[in-house]
Amino acid sequence: MTDRREAEAALREERVRAANERYWRRSLRLVAVLLTVWFAVSFGCGILLREPLDAYTLPGTGFPLGFWFAQQGAIVTFVVLVAIYVLAAARLDADLAEERNRIAFDLGGDGGDGERSA
Amino acid sequence: MSVQGWTFTLVGATFALYVLIALRSRALSTTEFYVAGAHVPPLANGMATAADWMSAASFLSMAGLISFSGYDGSVYLLGWTGGYVLLALLLAPYLRRFGKYTVPDFIGDRYYGRSARLVAVVAALFVSFTYVAGQMRGVGVVFSRFLEVPVDTGVVIGMAIVFLYAVLGGMKGITYTQVAQYCVLITAFLVPAIFLSILVTGNAIPQLGFGADAVDSGRSLLAKLDGLHEELGFAPYTSGTKSTLDVFCITMALMVGTAGLPHVIVRFYTVPRVRDARVSAFWALLFIAILYTAAPAVAAFSRTNLIESVEGAPYAAADAGELETPLPDWFRNWEDTDLIAWVDKNGDGRVQYRPGAAFAALPGQTKVKPVFRAAPDDPAGRGSRGERLLENAPTGNENELYVDRDIMVLAAPEIAALPAWVIALVAAGGLAAALSTAAGLLLVVSSAVSHDLLKRGFARDLPEKGELLAARASAAVAVVVAGYLGIHPPGFVAEVVAFAFGLAASSFFPAIVLGIFWKRTTRAGAVAGMIAGLAFTVAYIIHFKFLGGDPANLWFGISPEGIGTLGMVVNASITIAVSLLTPPPPPEVVALVESVRTPRDTSSWSGDAAG
Repeated sequence: MTDRREAEAALREERVRAANERYWRRSLRLVAVLLTVWFAVSFGCGILLREPLDAYTLPGTGFPLGFWFAQQGAIVTFVVLVAIYVLAAARLDADLAEERNRIAFDLGGDGGDGERSA
Repeated sequence: MSVQGWTFTLVGATFALYVLIALRSRALSTTEFYVAGAHVPPLANGMATAADWMSAASFLSMAGLISFSGYDGSVYLLGWTGGYVLLALLLAPYLRRFGKYTVPDFIGDRYYGRSARLVAVVAALFVSFTYVAGQMRGVGVVFSRFLEVPVDTGVVIGMAIVFLYAVLGGMKGITYTQVAQYCVLITAFLVPAIFLSILVTGNAIPQLGFGADAVDSGRSLLAKLDGLHEELGFAPYTSGTKSTLDVFCITMALMVGTAGLPHVIVRFYTVPRVRDARVSAFWALLFIAILYTAAPAVAAFSRTNLIESVEGAPYAAADAGELETPLPDWFRNWEDTDLIAWVDKNGDGRVQYRPGAAFAALPGQTKVKPVFRAAPDDPAGRGSRGERLLENAPTGNENELYVDRDIMVLAAPEIAALPAWVIALVAAGGLAAALSTAAGLLLVVSSAVSHDLLKRGFARDLPEKGELLAARASAAVAVVVAGYLGIHPPGFVAEVVAFAFGLAASSFFPAIVLGIFWKRTTRAGAVAGMIAGLAFTVAYIIHFKFLGGDPANLWFGISPEGIGTLGMVVNASITIAVSLLTPPPPPEVVALVESVRTPRDTSSWSGDAAG
């Protein structure tokens, strides 16, 4: 029954492609959210809004708020953003791997090993 | 032991360590030479990236720069850390998934052809050489200041060390020496910072001391510093003088430039998997942030210290009234090295520190630097109070003091009266910072020549052994050229280093990001964009920096340091416009873009298999 096998393979390929596209869209959304925060803390709070923010001090310290964002707060936030990215991207990778395995299994494939790269 | 004894011991010990590591990690193949066999663990790669990144400028000059510019100095702090967020999110994982060895490799494959690769190689060489000359100079300066050997001898010693581990070990040797160099430089930066923080604020953690109350004043350190500035007529420390738009553009150019620097990008090719590239970007940023959050604190501490110990103090101890403290000894020590100068304009024998330059530049000087009448040990060159006399004519303002910005880090241990070994540690740290960055840059130069120009360009049938030999030879030549530039620096080097970022921002960054995130980007688009972005940025910089363009004509008041931001916009707009007007890229290129976007391995939970 080569026709059925071919049809199954085509269907599987189609589903893998859809899964890949979903993965890419989710990656883009993740990056967009993180870059929005990146922009907000550095260019937003540290530069564009520095003057109004400097009217306040960071509670418990002597930092004018806008100055603090520019010389310390933004840098700390950057480290946190990249940490979140590392964890979230690993999650996306794991989801994709799981989905690809499921696709291979559902259609009676060879357990997903067929596409393992060299 | 004396300061010099300590310095010889510590510098000697760290150099011995670097050489030992170099001998133990020789590169035996081109993969080991270019990317350390892609076997570097993420934590080690993070440290190596941090050392690679933090140059003599970060270590020696940045805190001083911030100290003298207050809020305006934020552009460096934000720019040189925020770029890592772009690198981690937009470049590192995709370039690692692509594999291969260099940035021109990606540009060449993505934009299918030699023309794009060639533009990328030229840009990589230009950026790296301007940058590396500054590093070798930094090595020489540290040697001359702490070990009293001539600057040129210092450069030659530095060359010999870098030669050993870059030529023998390639990326493999460089990576593991950089790990050691990070440890040396971060210790050397933090130890004096902690002492200073305790001295000024009583808090042992500099990052917290920065926002704490100043000792014996009842108000916060920053409020006190703003107050001191106001009394003397300076702009408040926490608000600066640059326009918001200019600060915005300079920060953006530095951020994007950081993400586009080839010696930084290439570090992400050295780890085994894509996930490791992300993790090492995190470690790198964390290790960099440790220094970059301590630096503004050191800047504020030193500024306070400087003003308090110098303003109004009598130069000669004999002039000191009952309630006055004369100038501390470090002032005279650094005056003897030409880095501090005092002109007693009002003849009261006391130092007045006010805004503005204390004296004018001599004819032929591009920047105001003191030129002394005689050597420090010649009494004929001394004035009535014992101060060194200048050739420069005094200016009409009230300011009597010149302080070189670079001494803020170098002199901090002396200003805070720290033990001799701390001063020696700072010297070893400065050398570690300069050598690690120089080595990383030299590797980019060598791989650009042996891999991009020869193997992938004009000598495609070069065997592996020949390519490795070519790589070592070009690294050796690059070390010698860098040393020559360090000994005979062209006048514009210091200026150009800052612009390396503008150039990287206006060339590589848009080409790589669009190449990954927009499939429709074509070769014609990318090449036209890179050339237009570079040409625009270079023209603006040359016009305003070297041809004496009138600052009043700056576009929207954007200084040349920030023009890379506009250059990037020019590059991206032209790339998009030309891409839409030319036929779409061939299917195999679209497939390449798809393959770097999604993980390859379907069965592994850990992301991609080794590429």
